[in-house]
Amino acid sequence: MSQTRKKLLVDPLVDNNPIALQVLGICSALAVTSSLKVAFVMALAVIAVTGFSSFFISLLRNYIPTSIRIIVQMTIIASLVIVVDQLLKAYAYEISKTLSVFVGLIITNCIVMGRAEAFAMQNTPINSFIDGIGNGLGYGLLLMCVGVVRELFGAGSLFGIVILNPVGDGGWYVPNGLLLLPPSAFFIIGFLIWGLRVWKKSQVEVPEFKIQAAEDH
Amino acid sequence: MEGLISLAVKAIFVENLALSFFLGMCTFIAVSKKITTAIGLGISVMIVQSITVPANNLILTYLLKPGALGWAGFPDIDLTFLGLISYIGVIAALVQILEMILDKYFPPLYNALGIFLPLITVNCAILGGSLFMVERDYNFSEALTYGVSSGFGWALAITAMAGVREKLKYSDIPEGLQGLGITFITAGLMAMAFMCFSGVKL
Repeated sequence: MSQTRKKLLVDPLVDNNPIALQVLGICSALAVTSSLKVAFVMALAVIAVTGFSSFFISLLRNYIPTSIRIIVQMTIIASLVIVVDQLLKAYAYEISKTLSVFVGLIITNCIVMGRAEAFAMQNTPINSFIDGIGNGLGYGLLLMCVGVVRELFGAGSLFGIVILNPVGDGGWYVPNGLLLLPPSAFFIIGFLIWGLRVWKKSQVEVPEFKIQAAEDH
Repeated sequence: MEGLISLAVKAIFVENLALSFFLGMCTFIAVSKKITTAIGLGISVMIVQSITVPANNLILTYLLKPGALGWAGFPDIDLTFLGLISYIGVIAALVQILEMILDKYFPPLYNALGIFLPLITVNCAILGGSLFMVERDYNFSEALTYGVSSGFGWALAITAMAGVREKLKYSDIPEGLQGLGITFITAGLMAMAFMCFSGVKL
């Protein structure tokens, strides 16, 4: 694997994470993370869709008229999502019930559209495929981080396996119920972004306003 | 009638699309810097949502459901797997038509909302509304109520968010939390406040 391809794959993980830096695709990132198993399946679905949609769009890029490219991209993405949805319904029915509408919402997930528009329209199929997989992995990584925190401290388990024995079953850990509720996802992502930006200083946003320093007395 | 009112209250407050299902978050975060633009986007979402949810309901009932094509002589065809692609097609087409109508007949409104309309096609709240309608088996009047009220709930959330963010300018935020980070935490606090409505039943 050449250097550029490796960069395409690794760059979106931390340095250019689609969720933390580009603010793309957070819609579903928050809703499916209350249990790790569901988050894992969702991450796999998104990786598959971004990878293959970039691949196919790049394959067709010289034949797509620019004026209707959005519709064409949308159709390719929607068809791939239908395939994923049907596969999930066939082989993982329980999980597809928990994911409910969020599999369908991969269509409007900005990561998929964003990569198709920004990368796949100008690059070769193989590179686009790797770029799509890389961005999907970046999304999946953040999803798993949030999922681990929420399931471990909210229910005391990981992938449904008990790790911190909860009080309800005669253990010692008092589960933090808030972590299973929607607001906690916002907090966790907010703090994750904070942590990431303390580590990678270049990602810090320039403030629009500064508070003026007080005068000396 | 009572059922519809309770459905509307539930869609606006308890099951707010933005704050409890995280739908339309990308635009929710990106366009909530100023109250005026937030209101504009909120109204556009509400209008589009009130049209697309009932329209997709009709598509589902008369074209896609098992046996729905009975009127055309194909009583055993089940086209529900085509759902996703039809809904997004209907949404894209309707947004385009709405844009053209506004441009032709209501230019001031078009100038105010025009820039937001293309954004709305890829707004998850719109597709999400239609998918929830399908999943919960709403009939036409329920779909209409759900469309209007869920759009209103989203508009309410983004307007409130923009109000908070305008005031945030005056606060001294740690460097790494600047911008995106603090916006997420604010949204989390708002989601907590909206959770207080979850006990409300009509």
